[in-house]
Amino acid sequence: MLQVENLQVRYGAITALRDISLKVEEGELVALIGVNGAGKTTTISAIAGIVKAVNGSINFRGHSLIGKSPEVILRMGIAVVPERRHIFPSLTVEENLRLGAFSRHNRSEYRSDLDETFTLFPILKERFRQIGGTLSGGEQQQLAIARSLMAHPQLLMLDEPSLGLAPTLVDQIFTLIITLRSRGTTILLVEQNVERTLEIADRLYLLNTGRVEMEGSPEQLKSHAAIKDVYLGEGKAGGNQL
Amino acid sequence: MIVFEFIINAISVGSLYALIALGLVIIYGILKMVNFAYGELIMVGGYLLYLVGANTNIPWLIAAVIAVVGAMVVSYLTELVAFRKVREKSLTALLITTFAVSTLLQNSALIIISPRAKAVALPQIFSTTITIFNITTSMRNILTIVVSIAMLVGLTFLFRNTILGIALRAAADDFQMTRMLGVPANLVISSAFVLSGAIAGVVSLFWIGRTASVTPTIGLGPLLIAFVATVIGGMRSLVGAVVGGFVYGLIFSFIGVLLPQVLLDYREAFMFLIVILILLLRPEGLVRVKYAQERVG
Repeated sequence: MLQVENLQVRYGAITALRDISLKVEEGELVALIGVNGAGKTTTISAIAGIVKAVNGSINFRGHSLIGKSPEVILRMGIAVVPERRHIFPSLTVEENLRLGAFSRHNRSEYRSDLDETFTLFPILKERFRQIGGTLSGGEQQQLAIARSLMAHPQLLMLDEPSLGLAPTLVDQIFTLIITLRSRGTTILLVEQNVERTLEIADRLYLLNTGRVEMEGSPEQLKSHAAIKDVYLGEGKAGGNQL
Repeated sequence: MIVFEFIINAISVGSLYALIALGLVIIYGILKMVNFAYGELIMVGGYLLYLVGANTNIPWLIAAVIAVVGAMVVSYLTELVAFRKVREKSLTALLITTFAVSTLLQNSALIIISPRAKAVALPQIFSTTITIFNITTSMRNILTIVVSIAMLVGLTFLFRNTILGIALRAAADDFQMTRMLGVPANLVISSAFVLSGAIAGVVSLFWIGRTASVTPTIGLGPLLIAFVATVIGGMRSLVGAVVGGFVYGLIFSFIGVLLPQVLLDYREAFMFLIVILILLLRPEGLVRVKYAQERVG
């Protein structure tokens, strides 16, 4: 479905991505993990068309995404829930969701999509007329995900959805990701919470300084020494997050 | 009754200023660019009124429509020809470009038409007065109030109830994210310029209506009003601009009445003194946003 090959991205003189290759198959839940600055968010941003690739190729269902604008990429079927949610703070929950459906034109479909949103995110029904900026962090995260789903994406990219949330809310978000997955949504997930991500992902890519250091199933990655040390607290470093 | 006459006058000035400010902040909200060529859109409207009035027998109302549509088209073209090219560059480059466009339009009027003021024919209704319940006021005041309020109501409807309006407000919150939801950047920005032009066009009718003449530099006054009004109101919101415009207009009218004759020449100086006081007390502007800007950091 999505194929990234030898992707290279620079911010001025700094090379953020040196050589990233990855693929996501239909229906898969693929995760990108790695320390801060490894290039996870940049990879997602490049796929979404927010940052430009210097080199390499990105193909989605046989079409190149290189040089395409974010709005075109969304219409091709890829939605992003960016880091820190980026809901529209001065717009109501309703207006946020309506904009999520901007790329769709069927009004009756919008109604049924809303009903589905409320089943998945009951809190958004309660907050429907409230200003987005007054929602709590967890509610904002739910709104951000719900908003992206309104576009019916074929591939959903989630960038650190559990960042800054209380443990119970983190549980909620991970349960939600599992639900979305079981409904057939293909997901590319970036997460710092490696322990939890290993439980739900089909395949993972460990990124380090702009390169793919390791790729494999959760079992394969669990046995990798660096992951044990740094993320799972079984080695000398301790602590499950970095 | 003189009190009521004064109040109607103040509301007339206030509603017009609110409209002027709104036209500037629509662009600022999205591009974070103060469009210094905004005043020239009002000038374009004024010259179209003059040209149509002086050279044809077309009725004023149709000339007014031509002026408004003309300002919309010119506004759209400034974005297409000038601003779009530098949009991806720095904000400073964009700001300098607005000065360039402003100068270009002003000098075009200077060369093509005349550096001197041109008289603009106005319909009878602009110079008649009306007396209701012993209150006498000019029809121009009433018209200004009615049309400004109608515009504000119409724009409120647009911003709240249409998908384009919601997209415009969203783009002012977070432009990048708006695009990531599939809203084309060019559509949003072009719409903002067309709307800003429409407002400038309507403003030009009443601005010209006060003096019945148009000069190449006529846009400077409204530009300054718009800029100051948005600063006192709060540059971050459309409501702020409208409130700022009203407050500016009301204060300006009050000063005109309260100042003794000898000090009337210093009206602007007193106005800015009050603006400075407002900014000292409320540096964010009169209208503050009701939520924390960023909850996670």
